[in-house]
Amino acid sequence: MTKQQANWSPYDNNGGTCVAIAGADYCVIAADTRMSTGYSILTRDYSKICKLADKCVMASSGFQADVKALQKVLSARHLIYQHQHNKQMSCPAMGQLLSNTLYYKRFFPYYSFNVLGGLDNEGKGCVYTYDAVGSYERVGYSSQGSGATLITPFLDNQLKSPSPLLLPAKDAVTPLSETEAIDLVKTCFASATERDIYTGDKLEIVVLNADGICREYMELRKD
Amino acid sequence: MKLLDSTDSGNNSSIERTQYPYVTGTSVIGIKYKDGILMAADMGASYGSTLRYKSVERVKPVGKHSLIGASGEISDFQEILRSLDELILYDNMWDDGNSLGPKEVHNYLTRMMYNRRNKFDPLWNSLVLGGVKNGQKYLGMVSMIGVHFEDNHVATGFGNHLARPILRDEWHENLTFEDGVKLLEKCMRVLLYRDRSAVNKLQIAKITEEGVTVSQPYSLKTFWNFNAFQNPTAGAEGSW
Repeated sequence: MTKQQANWSPYDNNGGTCVAIAGADYCVIAADTRMSTGYSILTRDYSKICKLADKCVMASSGFQADVKALQKVLSARHLIYQHQHNKQMSCPAMGQLLSNTLYYKRFFPYYSFNVLGGLDNEGKGCVYTYDAVGSYERVGYSSQGSGATLITPFLDNQLKSPSPLLLPAKDAVTPLSETEAIDLVKTCFASATERDIYTGDKLEIVVLNADGICREYMELRKD
Repeated sequence: MKLLDSTDSGNNSSIERTQYPYVTGTSVIGIKYKDGILMAADMGASYGSTLRYKSVERVKPVGKHSLIGASGEISDFQEILRSLDELILYDNMWDDGNSLGPKEVHNYLTRMMYNRRNKFDPLWNSLVLGGVKNGQKYLGMVSMIGVHFEDNHVATGFGNHLARPILRDEWHENLTFEDGVKLLEKCMRVLLYRDRSAVNKLQIAKITEEGVTVSQPYSLKTFWNFNAFQNPTAGAEGSW
């Protein structure tokens, strides 16, 4: 008897792009709000950004059901942490937790491409970038999702990241001001929207700094 | 349905997994309007290419505040209705004056669908969940693998391709009941013309703060005498 083949996939790609940029004392996290399946748009107004802790925000694209489940798991774990330690989780700590959570499902992965952004224990901006099974790295900026291939080269050019091979290790956070970084992010998405069919509709930008969290929106092309 | 997985080594243990849907319903459309939610679905259930059942209610009330519409495998929908029934029952048994709203029911359904997908044994449905509680309107959708979202208008299956574009163009805030029904009928008519598994017998359900009303089944007027369909082979004799 020939082996039965599955005729449905437990995964789907709901598209979208996420970007995060770390500054000296701020962090910008941005994602578009389009949710698609195949060649259809399901909704134009869907947030991919989730605040996990006071100083830690995650943006994820990929398979939305897995993204939501992952956000739920991390939020629940953060709540337990708060009960046990009477304080908020730092961004580096959440970074490690996210990695471990992703690897936990190494053999049935969360199809979720994440960027974690926030402020580290010294108040400096930090960005962590992940693959679907949890390998991660702290970087000065990152982009994930369907438009990442279009945005990453542009960010490489604009943010002139120092080589990770340099010794002593040079800081990867950008010297740009907060407004300049936000402007850069808007430019990234306007460009990605032109060529990536899964990116568009609206851009949600979250900025984390010493004063707290603030959120702004920008319209993108809807085609 | 018991399937012997080829990976089991000869003993009679079997793994039950959903592979294909058998009796399926087609699109469901839902929209928010001034007083609440309107949902439409036809009453057909197909067995492959046979239009086997023509009086299937695919939109049902859930508790006091919600409506659920389902497309896909009808037996799985009946299973979901039993689970929801149990959910509402336990909620009522608390007798605390509180009742599950549409947001809560939508979340419950999402968890249920996602968990079954994780076990590789999905409930083969796309569900539309709408309702009103304390003046707040809510309309959401869940797919068989757990993808979920809420919006001002939703549709499943073919409705996503044929009805959503019409709704994107013509839906607006504070539709009256009459306009809402006209809009839904416009979408259902297009689906009737173009979806082969649609039947011309539909129900429109309404939910407001006051409660649920499911209309009696009725048919849409259709027109097939378009000029382009008359003499289709004129100018190219021999083709069809």
